[in-house]
Amino acid sequence: MKVDASNPLWRFRGITSTAMLFFAYLYLPIVILIALSFNENRLATIWTGFTTDWYVVALSNDDMLRAAQNSLVVAVSATVIATIAATLAAMGMSRGRFRGETGVSAMLALPLLVPEVVTAIATLLFFVAIGIKLGLVTIIIAHTVFCIPFAYLPIRARLEGMDPSLTEAANDLYANEWKAFRRVTLPLLWPGILSGAMLSFIISLDDFVISYFVGGAGATTLPIYIFGMIRIGITPEVNAISAMMLLVSIIFVSVSFLIDRIRY
Amino acid sequence: MAQLFRSKRFWLIAPAVVYIAFFMAIPLMQMAYVSILERGDYGGVNWGAFSVDAYVNFLFERDLMDNLVLNTDYIQIFVRSFGLSAMTMVFALLLGFPTAFYISMQSQGRRNFLIFLVTIPFWTNILVRNYAWMLLLRNGGLIDGFLNWAGIETGGLDILYTPYAVSIGLTYTYLPFMVLPIYASLEKLDHRLVEAAFDLGADKRRAMKRVILPLAAPGIAAGCILVFIPCLGAYVTPELLGGGKFMMIANLIGSQFGAARNWPFGAGLGFVLLALVLISMLAYSLKFKSLPEEKI
Repeated sequence: MKVDASNPLWRFRGITSTAMLFFAYLYLPIVILIALSFNENRLATIWTGFTTDWYVVALSNDDMLRAAQNSLVVAVSATVIATIAATLAAMGMSRGRFRGETGVSAMLALPLLVPEVVTAIATLLFFVAIGIKLGLVTIIIAHTVFCIPFAYLPIRARLEGMDPSLTEAANDLYANEWKAFRRVTLPLLWPGILSGAMLSFIISLDDFVISYFVGGAGATTLPIYIFGMIRIGITPEVNAISAMMLLVSIIFVSVSFLIDRIRY
Repeated sequence: MAQLFRSKRFWLIAPAVVYIAFFMAIPLMQMAYVSILERGDYGGVNWGAFSVDAYVNFLFERDLMDNLVLNTDYIQIFVRSFGLSAMTMVFALLLGFPTAFYISMQSQGRRNFLIFLVTIPFWTNILVRNYAWMLLLRNGGLIDGFLNWAGIETGGLDILYTPYAVSIGLTYTYLPFMVLPIYASLEKLDHRLVEAAFDLGADKRRAMKRVILPLAAPGIAAGCILVFIPCLGAYVTPELLGGGKFMMIANLIGSQFGAARNWPFGAGLGFVLLALVLISMLAYSLKFKSLPEEKI
């Protein structure tokens, strides 16, 4: 390990060991869950041999597949709506300061501040009051709300780092607003948009609490299905489904971060 | 006003803001309204019939003679939630501060990678993360098995479905929120200041107390709020690792929309939780002139 030994901060002892403990604590459960999903033993926690059978069992479970399909429908719909709204908002916000900007920023950050369970019951009460039938549609509406800030932040950050003289130059060269957007802003902005979209997708796919309350009885998403399974008991099949969910999230977040690092 | 509607900017920002206002800000206000309504006879609410029952209900219940008597069940749940959240905050700080310190001393490339490692668990499913702890903590589970193998007869660990399990799970779930803001403030720390403190004869304790901690204070405060607040509203961890036996505020709120079917009471509790969150955010922003989230 290469460290700058002259750094006076190294005089404090116990820092490296605590950091190691921290990363072990953070990743041990994840590693163990993935390892156990390949365990042949029915009792789920005693290792007797390697198998991929539980993945076969999980992937041939029709209820699970239907729940996964619902989750995909919700995540794709919420992501598309949220990303479009967030891209427009980020472009509007990037053109210098204006009156009421703090209020607008606060509104865009509101979904990140409110505790999930409060959002869930407030939204549920709202849907009941205006008489919309609970189901996948209400889940999509509710997910779009909290996806907007997750899509907004990376897009906004990307715009912030962009040279405003580029679009000015396009305007000087007689590009109209749409053309300047399509030929100049969009090609520079797409990594931010894609990164934001992937983060919203994963946040929606993983959401449990809000879906659980606003989904009503009929709409089962994958996390709701997993919750039901965990309540019944610990089985190797749950291990396999959980490991798959973990991997999907980790892959999406990694790709999103890599895209976000693409240079202008 | 007419000028506002003609500006392109307004139309760019409006969809996102109107969407959040309509499907979040208005529902939150409506929730506050529902909390002062009468409970429906078969669940639901009687719209238009006002009552403060939801708030009276929090402290008192009616006995057989229809007298109000003090009921401490709900207060206990609040006390437990605050206690568990405070404990989690302390654990997270004890683990998180040295870790942020460690990361801030690495090379730029390593820093980015380590910060990425800290954030990954946040993006994974919360049920799955807590389920992993069920595998570890249950009797005959991995930790129990390891202790027995190492010659320590546990006779069953009996830790799953206790407040200890909930506390371990909460710390695990919210730990990244402690590291990120502290790292952000330590990253900006000028090492020469610490060096100067040492040169001027300060020992490690003094350098930490008089130089590092004051400079890291906004990050530490932001981290504490970002761990404490979501912890207070935790739903999944007490549900899975507490086995439903150790309710926290969020579970109590949730149950009002399930079996208990007392919507005004649930809405009132939700409003109290929301108020607690907003007050702590406000206190932070008055002291440090920014929101804790901005430190991430």
